[in-house]
Amino acid sequence: MTAPLVEVTGLTVDFERDGRSSRAVDGVDLAIAPGEALGIVGESGSGKSVTWLAALGLLPARARVGGSVRIDKQQLIGAAPKVLEGVRGKRIAMIFQDPSSCLNPVHRIGWQLVEALKLHRGLDGAAAEAATLRLLDQVGIADARRRLGDFPHQLSGGLNQRVMIAMALAGEPDLLIADEPTTALDATIQAQILALLASIRRDTGMALVLISHDLGVVAENVNRVAVMYAGRLVEEAMGQDLFGAARHPYTQGLLAALPTLTGPRRRLAAIPGTVPEPGKAPPGCAFAPRCPLAEPRCQSEPPPVRHVGLMHRAACHLQIDVGVSAWNLPRAAE
Amino acid sequence: MLLFTASRALRAALTILFVMTFAFVVLRLSGDPALLIMSVDAPPEAIKAFREAWGLERPIWEQYLSYIGHAFTGDFGKSMRDGRPAIDLVMERVPATLAITLPALALKVGLGIPAGVYAALHRNSFADRMTMAVSVAGFTMPSFVLALLLVLLFSVNLGWLPASGADSPTYAILPIITLGASGAAIMARFTRSAMLEVLGQPYIRAASAKGVEWRRVISHHALPNAAIPTVTIIGFMIGSLVAGAVVVESVFAWPGIGRLLVSAVANRDLAVVQAILMVIATWMVLANFTVDMAYGWLDPRVRGTAAAH
Ligand SMILES: Nc1ncnc2c1ncn2[C@@H]1O[C@H](COP(=O)(O)OP(=O)(O)O)[C@@H](O)[C@H]1O
Ligand SMILES: [Mg+2]
Repeated sequence: MTAPLVEVTGLTVDFERDGRSSRAVDGVDLAIAPGEALGIVGESGSGKSVTWLAALGLLPARARVGGSVRIDKQQLIGAAPKVLEGVRGKRIAMIFQDPSSCLNPVHRIGWQLVEALKLHRGLDGAAAEAATLRLLDQVGIADARRRLGDFPHQLSGGLNQRVMIAMALAGEPDLLIADEPTTALDATIQAQILALLASIRRDTGMALVLISHDLGVVAENVNRVAVMYAGRLVEEAMGQDLFGAARHPYTQGLLAALPTLTGPRRRLAAIPGTVPEPGKAPPGCAFAPRCPLAEPRCQSEPPPVRHVGLMHRAACHLQIDVGVSAWNLPRAAE
Repeated sequence: MLLFTASRALRAALTILFVMTFAFVVLRLSGDPALLIMSVDAPPEAIKAFREAWGLERPIWEQYLSYIGHAFTGDFGKSMRDGRPAIDLVMERVPATLAITLPALALKVGLGIPAGVYAALHRNSFADRMTMAVSVAGFTMPSFVLALLLVLLFSVNLGWLPASGADSPTYAILPIITLGASGAAIMARFTRSAMLEVLGQPYIRAASAKGVEWRRVISHHALPNAAIPTVTIIGFMIGSLVAGAVVVESVFAWPGIGRLLVSAVANRDLAVVQAILMVIATWMVLANFTVDMAYGWLDPRVRGTAAAH
């Protein structure tokens, strides 16, 4: 593997609440190679967003962030505001779940794009306008010139997400974090946006982190998948390995909940129970209370992250064999 | 947009008409001005003559129609006390009222908004808690209590400022502070919560994620949005500027509209009271109208719906 572009090691995030602190991200290790597409999945509340907000220093002051996030040699955790401002948008861009509320309601689309262009490329006036039109064209917005004068509320969610992507491209970043970029959009628009992200990645060679609570969204769009649960990384593998040979009961549960090609589309609700809130996870494996195979040591000892195959890691005490699903074993059915 | 403006203007006119009607009816029902002005033991002929001179013996609806009809031509009747046109009496008091209320408004906005923004940006800091504590004190205290405290401190104890009258500009200082302090407190609180609300919005985080430096996020992304709800409060303050001065003008014997209103009510000088209420209502309505227009200018979403009307 080439030297990583971004390397996350031992990342922790604690939120102070009423004088007590609770851990939302607990020792995440991740590496992203230049140009690579990494998917991050897990149910809502697993700490996917917080991980990347922490990396970019975008969490409120009461969040305590520990560990390390480097881009090339540059340490981001605890970095000065000037350093972070130089990285945000320029080296690592981020887009979010609800595009319409991520654009400023009182500024025109054109104004918001020009702001990014001025910031990252020093463009102004006519040059900025030309570049804006090129960006809108690149993200597939027809009638770009007219859109420049529109306000976000005049555009659909899908169009706004395209604008957000155009804005992210303004800085020609090395990495784009797309945090649930299609969750707020309907199914056809979702497919279009994912296709757009894929084509941009092909054209620019930019790396992509695609965050989703839906394994199905991630499946066709990434090389590698990391699964998060309760602030920890529970499994990480190349796409085909994860979908073909998941080794963690949680991942297996997510896979089992995926709709079949012919079946109806469902949300990931098939695993009984919910993700524990930060600070409420049991001392051992956070997934133990919902795991069909949990043993006494799962309740008390946190499982180590183990290599279970080539570039395949899983954090489970039980070394489940390839091809076996925790959810099909006789014990699970009891 | 034209239709929108026109419908607002019509509504404004109807509001003023409603206030004039209401004032007229209430004042006529609350006692006989002839008896009050002439004193009870005046000879009956004198009272009768007074009634005839002022048209008070006619049926009330006739008096009303004639009053409204004249009002349209700018004639609001004459003061029953000194016979001069009521509207002149009122208008000559306007400068004195504006002389204390406009600086007070500047104080509210100029002190309240920066304090609120500062408190929001330093949420839960010592400065934030202090600002909010002062602001609670500022708006729970009735203005006459504050006025008396100020007089006690600056006039009686320190002897720095005059307590009542209007002989020189220094006389305006205590009324201005009294009027401005509680407004500044309200403004600070409101601005703080508007700002906190905006700072929690996804577009603020997105602007930071884009690489915009924090100062610019505040000035170009947060403030223009926080200005939208803040304008409502400023509009409300402008609207209640004149009415709000009544108590303070009375306490400080400041010769403005408020004090005129108190004496006109005490004297049952109907035409003057009506003219004052009309001026106050017109002022409020104009302030509201301006706020509506400012909204359209500040908030593109409102502009959109207004155009679609
Ligand atoms: N600003 C915050 N303050 C306190 N708790 C937070 C904050 N942001 C997120 N959390 C908590 O951290 C946990 C992980 O959140 P998040 O990373 O948003 O999950 P997701 O995997 O759905 O993106 C959640 O339980 C959430 O309640
Ligand atoms: Mg999230």
